[in-house]
Amino acid sequence: MKMTKTRQTHSKRGLISLLASLLSIAIGLLVGFALLNVLNANHAVNGFGKILTTGFATSEKFAKVLYQAMPLILCGLSVAFAFKTGLFNIGAAGQYTMGAFSALAVAIALQQPWYIALLAAALGGALLGAIPGICKALFNVNEVITSIMFNWITMYAVNLTINNMPIMLTNFWSRSSIKDRTAPLADANPSAMLPKGGLDTLMNSNYINIGIFIAVLVAIIMWVVLQKTVLGYELKACGYNRHASQYAGINAKRNIVLSMVISGALAGLGGGLYYLSGTGQYTLVKVLLGMGFNGIPVALLASSNPLGVIFSALFVSYIQVGGDALQPHFIKENIDIIIASIIYLSAFALLLKGWIAKLLLRSSTVKDNPELAEALGAEESGVSEGNADTEPPVRGAEKEDAQ
Amino acid sequence: MSDYVIEMVGITKKFPGIIANDNITLQLKKGEIHALLGENGAGKSTLMSILFGLYQPDAGVIKKDGKVVRIDNPNDANRLHIGMVHQHFKLVEVFTVLENIILGAEQTKNGILQKRDARNKVLALCDQYGLQVEPDALIEEIGVGMQQRVEILKMLFRDNEILIFDEPTAVLTPQEIDELMNSMRGFAREGKSILFITHKLNEIMAVADRVTVLRKGKGIGTVNVADTTVDELAEMMVGRKVSFETKKTDRRAGEAKLRVQNLFVAGRNNGKDKVTNVSFSVRGGEIVGIAGIDGNGQTELVQALTGLMPVSRGHVYIGDAEVTHATVRQHNNLGLSHIPEDRHKHGLVLDYTLGENLVLKDYFEPQYQRGGFLRFDEIYRHADALIDAFDIRSGQGANTVARSMSGGNQQKAIVARELALSPDVLIAVQPTRGLDVGAIEYIHQQIIAARDSGRAVLLVSLELDEVMNLSDRILVIHDGEIVAEVDAHYATAQELGLYMSGASKQQANLESGVEA
Repeated sequence: MKMTKTRQTHSKRGLISLLASLLSIAIGLLVGFALLNVLNANHAVNGFGKILTTGFATSEKFAKVLYQAMPLILCGLSVAFAFKTGLFNIGAAGQYTMGAFSALAVAIALQQPWYIALLAAALGGALLGAIPGICKALFNVNEVITSIMFNWITMYAVNLTINNMPIMLTNFWSRSSIKDRTAPLADANPSAMLPKGGLDTLMNSNYINIGIFIAVLVAIIMWVVLQKTVLGYELKACGYNRHASQYAGINAKRNIVLSMVISGALAGLGGGLYYLSGTGQYTLVKVLLGMGFNGIPVALLASSNPLGVIFSALFVSYIQVGGDALQPHFIKENIDIIIASIIYLSAFALLLKGWIAKLLLRSSTVKDNPELAEALGAEESGVSEGNADTEPPVRGAEKEDAQ
Repeated sequence: MSDYVIEMVGITKKFPGIIANDNITLQLKKGEIHALLGENGAGKSTLMSILFGLYQPDAGVIKKDGKVVRIDNPNDANRLHIGMVHQHFKLVEVFTVLENIILGAEQTKNGILQKRDARNKVLALCDQYGLQVEPDALIEEIGVGMQQRVEILKMLFRDNEILIFDEPTAVLTPQEIDELMNSMRGFAREGKSILFITHKLNEIMAVADRVTVLRKGKGIGTVNVADTTVDELAEMMVGRKVSFETKKTDRRAGEAKLRVQNLFVAGRNNGKDKVTNVSFSVRGGEIVGIAGIDGNGQTELVQALTGLMPVSRGHVYIGDAEVTHATVRQHNNLGLSHIPEDRHKHGLVLDYTLGENLVLKDYFEPQYQRGGFLRFDEIYRHADALIDAFDIRSGQGANTVARSMSGGNQQKAIVARELALSPDVLIAVQPTRGLDVGAIEYIHQQIIAARDSGRAVLLVSLELDEVMNLSDRILVIHDGEIVAEVDAHYATAQELGLYMSGASKQQANLESGVEA
């Protein structure tokens, strides 16, 4: 009896999250369509169709969706995991870069197989994640500031290092004169490429490999860690209410560092997976890699649920693949704007959740159902985590009075 | 012209799953002090929030001087000359008294603030009503009593005619309460009408003309204070006969279980000592109460004793073990339980379920985890046992999210968790803050039961009645120092009040001979 009740409440809360995510996606798509009309009205309908259908059009395109989703899942997990524990890891971009570098250095310079390289990627990301974590825990420096700075520090440091490691560059391994990017793994160390497991012939694509399974597996593990373990209990307690976790004797400082380390390792692993696929080469340009930032909308769209991240990453990847098919009717920059609008508006899920909850609250179904109302109440106030310290607003105080 | 300045007729306000106000009628006469009495959750705050424009009623009307009015927000309320002193003051800490009073009603000339007229008006009001404030002091530098006078002056400055006081005496010493009541009588004489929200019956008897009692969202009735008694009011409020006596047997104190020697604790903000040279001990089987006005070092003392704040100097022992610089968990493992001052900030993870909250301090014990995985079946079995034993009520038992529980039941959950740890030492801080009479009775019984089973109890409370009823010995803290120790049996509120205000610190030291 008790169990079924809980499950109902949980499923209702889940329903609101799902509803919010779907509505956000719809809004994002609408704005995207409007932009298509503005930029090139003649091909708007056609283009919109392409965005929506390309990902499923051929098995090759679908392979591309999975391929891009793989690092997105991990970057999304990275951000989501930090969110769950009350931290905003905006440094996923840097940690992703660090992961990519660590993986490639181990694969090319040290000639190690893919699994060692992947471990190195996670380790690299973890080390970089530890820095903002330590700064926050010991000196109370806001992690957003440190991790943003480390995005840039990492990018320049990695570029500088690769530049000074001739063995890493393309021209070391082949007769080409290209020296602004790392060597293709097929030339430098084929054993460092992620195994394809026969998927390439099945889907007729060079992009697909077992990386997507690794990503999904990691997402499931993260869900288990957060939901079922002592570690997850402590981390979430720190995230929900730092003061109460200190009061309970939980070592909040250790947990902040640990959380950032795990978050960094996830982003690093994402970088490793992407560059160990063998299809991408790290290019020495002074631009932050967007993948880490795209982890933010992925995490928001999934309401920071690790399992939800799998699907939101697939969605974002799907839209990106669809966007690529807009050429030549739309120029690359415009496509980026359209796709970015869809993705970022989709991340409104979090805002919409409170709004939907309020809307449902007014409808009679909820009124007769205090359980759902409770669930909504909890969700609503969960959004404004920042208020936890301050005095409860009159509304919050009233809620207590009323019950 | 109507007899009443304010009438709230047939007010109904529903929240999901609950009717907070069910057809309540409240009529306020001009120049009267009208008390609004009810337990927590009776609907007092909801009703006042409606009058102040924070909520819209689902049914019913509000009349001002007999005319129906609409109050959509606090600005409307202000235009109708309705003012409110909130329980938690709404003051800007880094502004001066004067700046706070004029905030929102500033007079300007060509966009430049004109303070002189405002200052004169404020000074005139101070004189007229005998309210002492220092116009140029910063809020953060003045005491709670003066802060409250600033709140009152805010209403007077805006020429408010209807003054709402929400639990105004909770933060005051007995002497300050007397002053406040005199001020309230003064306002009433000047023709202002006062709504006085409280759950303290003796205050109503002392100052109010009439009283309206609410219970569980319903209006129970309005009576003339002159025609009623404390017992009658209590019965109206709670719905049954209430005993105010806390029964307890004589103390059988044993060995000292908590010892504090020459303790100094530096404040968080400026490093100034908030606790200075405090020494005392608590023996098994006794309740030691710490009385004092809010902000005199109680919070820092408790946080230092529990490991939440560092100790600058001195020693703390639990049993024979020194815990001066121990972590919170080391304290807990040595048998310390702590009912914290702020149940939302420290006591609970509000987004966790009741079950998860009930193991907040021992989730890592082998009982509740195996190989790093939580044993939810055990956690929920434990929770169900405590829910039964402590009568914790919630929508879905152990699966209820703590945030959705009532304050009383949240507090019961904390008390249950802390007592279930079978502590040697229990530090209870404001254990009944904001709770209704039933819950207060229950928690008091539990604390006395803990004492009778040989635990050492340190009770820190701002409610003097609570300290006096429960304690065996009372220590009075003022400005970070223990200024007096008295046997609870012989203590009077007036005497304690004097010590609390620091007026006779030297005298207190001489009389009780507390030198560390």
